[in-house]
Amino acid sequence: MELYVVQFLTGLANAASLFLVASGLSLIFGVTRIVNFAHGAFYMLGAYIAYSLTIRWQTPLGFWLALLVAATAVAVVGALLEILLLRRIYHAPELLQLLATFGVTLIVEDAVRLLWGPEDLVGPRAAGLSGAVSVLGRPMPVYDFVLILLGPAVLGLLWLLLHRSRWGLLVRAATQDRDMVSALGVNQKWLFTGVFALGVFLAAFGGGLQIPRDAVSHFMDLSIITEVFVVVVIGGLGSIGGAFLAAVIVSELNAFGILILPSISLVLMFLIMAAVLVLRPWGLLGKPLSRARSMATREAAAWKPLSPAGRSAALAATIGALCLPFMLGDYGVGVASEVMIAIIFAISLQFLMSVGGLDSFGHAAALGLGAYGAALSVQHFGVSMEAAIVIGPLVSAAMAVVAGWFCVRLSNIYFAMLTLAYAQIVWSVAFQWVDVTGGDNGIVGVWPSDWASSPAAFYWLTLAAAVAVVALVRHLTFSPFGYALRALRDSPTRSATIGISRQTIQHIAFVISAFLAGLAGVLFAFLKGSVFPDTLSIASSVDGLIMVLLGGFGTVSGSVIGAIVYKVSSIWLMSNTDFPRLILGSLIALLVVAFPQGIVGTLQIWMMRSRLFAGRPQEGTARLAETGGLS
Amino acid sequence: MTSLLRIAGLFLGLSCAGQALAADIKIGEINSYSGLPAFTEPYRKGWEMAVDEINAAGGINGNKLVVISKDDGGKPGDAITAANELVSREGVVMLSGSFFSNVGLAVADFAKQKKVFYLAGEPLTDAIVWSKGNDYTFRLRPSNYVQAAMLAQEAAKLPAKRWATIAPNYEYGQSAVAVFKELLLKARPDVEFVTEQWPPQGKIDAGSVAQAVEAAKPEAILNVTFGADLVKLVREGTTRGLFKDRSVVSFLTGEPEYLDPLQADAPQGWIVTGYPWYGIDTPEHKAFLDAYQKRYNDYPRLGSVVGYSLIKSAAAILSRAKSTDTADLIEAAKGIPVDTPFGKITFRAADHQSTLGAFVGKTAVKDGKGVMVDFKYMSGSDFLPSEADAAKLRP
Repeated sequence: MELYVVQFLTGLANAASLFLVASGLSLIFGVTRIVNFAHGAFYMLGAYIAYSLTIRWQTPLGFWLALLVAATAVAVVGALLEILLLRRIYHAPELLQLLATFGVTLIVEDAVRLLWGPEDLVGPRAAGLSGAVSVLGRPMPVYDFVLILLGPAVLGLLWLLLHRSRWGLLVRAATQDRDMVSALGVNQKWLFTGVFALGVFLAAFGGGLQIPRDAVSHFMDLSIITEVFVVVVIGGLGSIGGAFLAAVIVSELNAFGILILPSISLVLMFLIMAAVLVLRPWGLLGKPLSRARSMATREAAAWKPLSPAGRSAALAATIGALCLPFMLGDYGVGVASEVMIAIIFAISLQFLMSVGGLDSFGHAAALGLGAYGAALSVQHFGVSMEAAIVIGPLVSAAMAVVAGWFCVRLSNIYFAMLTLAYAQIVWSVAFQWVDVTGGDNGIVGVWPSDWASSPAAFYWLTLAAAVAVVALVRHLTFSPFGYALRALRDSPTRSATIGISRQTIQHIAFVISAFLAGLAGVLFAFLKGSVFPDTLSIASSVDGLIMVLLGGFGTVSGSVIGAIVYKVSSIWLMSNTDFPRLILGSLIALLVVAFPQGIVGTLQIWMMRSRLFAGRPQEGTARLAETGGLS
Repeated sequence: MTSLLRIAGLFLGLSCAGQALAADIKIGEINSYSGLPAFTEPYRKGWEMAVDEINAAGGINGNKLVVISKDDGGKPGDAITAANELVSREGVVMLSGSFFSNVGLAVADFAKQKKVFYLAGEPLTDAIVWSKGNDYTFRLRPSNYVQAAMLAQEAAKLPAKRWATIAPNYEYGQSAVAVFKELLLKARPDVEFVTEQWPPQGKIDAGSVAQAVEAAKPEAILNVTFGADLVKLVREGTTRGLFKDRSVVSFLTGEPEYLDPLQADAPQGWIVTGYPWYGIDTPEHKAFLDAYQKRYNDYPRLGSVVGYSLIKSAAAILSRAKSTDTADLIEAAKGIPVDTPFGKITFRAADHQSTLGAFVGKTAVKDGKGVMVDFKYMSGSDFLPSEADAAKLRP
């Protein structure tokens, strides 16, 4: 009995720190609709600055002062970031801000390493709070009690701020309908900056709070970011109370779960999220998202199949690609194969996102299942590469039939988070089921058949696959099926009235996309000769998102360019610089500002404008108006 | 006579010119520089020092040794890209390095497929030399098995019968616990394992884990967590009295990489493997320590020793092989003796594992810092299975 009481209290203490960070994220999303990937980076930055201050001010007052100063400093950084970077891209497709904040995360990771050195830092314990008190005969850290009180206190303060101040009123109004707030003459810019700074403050404060419990390291950001996303989604996006409730549920289930099944904590959170989303699609206390009216539409222009000129260009590019092995060495050809595989992966995701309007955060599941399907059939049944190329995508598609059935019931960010949960569950199976998958040590010895074993031959294989996949996706996009899919994306209600079944069509799209990503996975496995759980990781899903967003979210196949740019630059930076993240992050931030519609998307708009001035005004003006007046 | 001298002079001149123009011997090195700088920065310092020492002493049979280093970002897939670049573009004669076990396994398999010599440094997994061992791969560091055997031997001396384990939930933690259990039970059949905790790597919920372990009332605890997880576990466990009156046996905790960040919070009296650089007074280590401190004005970490010994081993293999042909390198590496800061080691012919050992001792806090006391060096050769038995473990 004593154990359960103490375990419960420990769970509450954990919930408090989780809640602080999650509430900031929820607030930011609720008002600005930014999926703030950099939230973990701000949490980490808060911890680093607080570390430097707490080792200097080791008094009871000094500790809390250090936390406040650190959180304020990070909030200022956050506000500057919002003004300088995010403000420029509010009119871009929603997820582009995800890309920008991802770039910021990369920059911060290398920056803390430059400023504070590579080693883990352990700050002092909170002065005056370092001891333990006895609860039913079991010692319990005093600091945990402080956290237990702090959680509800912060919840209360936020409630007061949101419900008893004019600013809070505006924030709540903007969460419900930000266009209306704007129409009523409220300066949205400063409201957004304020909310963003407050959210960042909470994250950084939560980071500082970890000093007496945790080591400060440059892994902190990634270890918290998914957890808080999960908490926010379970609680309901934009709901502070929901975030609190979810933090408590997740922490308590974990505290008690490990008593029964010690290895559960790896996946527990995602199981809860999946269960909640299936039963309550908007989270525990959330409401359906209202679609912002002034947002830019997804396309830069109505899509058309390639013009004859476009076809010739694509043909020329393909012929050029065919000749690459004659110009590059074995290494260059290897990189080119990797790029081709990235193209297949990116285009399969783009089909889901841009054509289907289904933003998947868990596309790594499809990639990894293809890779594992192939590798396992090679390892256990000794099948040939040719057979594995068919088996892998089928495994991926088969799993997508099941997962998709649940996922397509949801939409927007909730769909995204359920796919994330799906990917994490698959990842944890690959990671835990050591007897079959080899666990973290993966499966090795998956090499191509003799005819494809030379770098050039394997490259031509990947090239053929990439060309076929891009062509197929384009064909599908302009087929009746593609039109139905796009209709559902643009207006679910109107599509329903003309008899298009949302779930069936989107489910099919989900499966097709998984099949194609699975093909990328198989080729990846054979290129590397091995498969590891990191193929299924969040990082791998994020890679896919980056490539699509970089290429152009509103285009049919812009991600081809996105994949080439992203893959080539990350491989090159990794090989040639000591701080690849810093440079890659800055590059992403620059590209986001320079090409707010993605590289291809923005180029298309420029071309349209030049056409406008070249004397085809009617079409041009109409298109420009549709894009939300980007100028 | 003069003409003879002239011819001799000509030959001499030619051979001198040959030496001046001697081609560089390039070794490829891959590690997680951007992903794991806390380990890889001291490691890089270690191997850079080794390269300079080797070249100052005449290089490899007169040829200059060059190490081309690449980052894998902690991902096996990226390590393969880097390996490919090193082999296909840079034309290195062998691959070396890596930290994570899965990266090591991926590179080892690449080496087998492309028929390249690979000298693994850090990866601890037993699989790399045993169940997934191959002809092309050799490994320097004492494996998971060896460290578990050293700790199990010490654990068997303890009176404790009820054991609990806390290990990160991935292959490293799982195999460390499995081997430790097996060896301890062999030495002490009266021992029982009463609870196991498997926190996810990097995300330990230390308070709850500490309570759960405490609830099972073990007499001793085996810890395999490290890094930030270790910090959390030590802090929560100490405050909650988990370690009071209990023996703790812990993997790697005595390594400066993991012990130093804890500072005054460092646990006391834990039996650990590690590297007490401040207390080793063998001449080999003293020479290494002096050179390292003089060069970097910093003390070495275990990573420095691994990096240094790795390149020393590579150079020894290249010198002995007198060729850069992979088959010759493999032959040369079998049974080769290498001088390291920890003394002489050999790479066993049967399973390609080096006999490098580790220090086993107890932790203590001195001047507000964690240190190892009562330590002794244990050689890998005393704990590895015999070469005949080890050979049977390989495919």
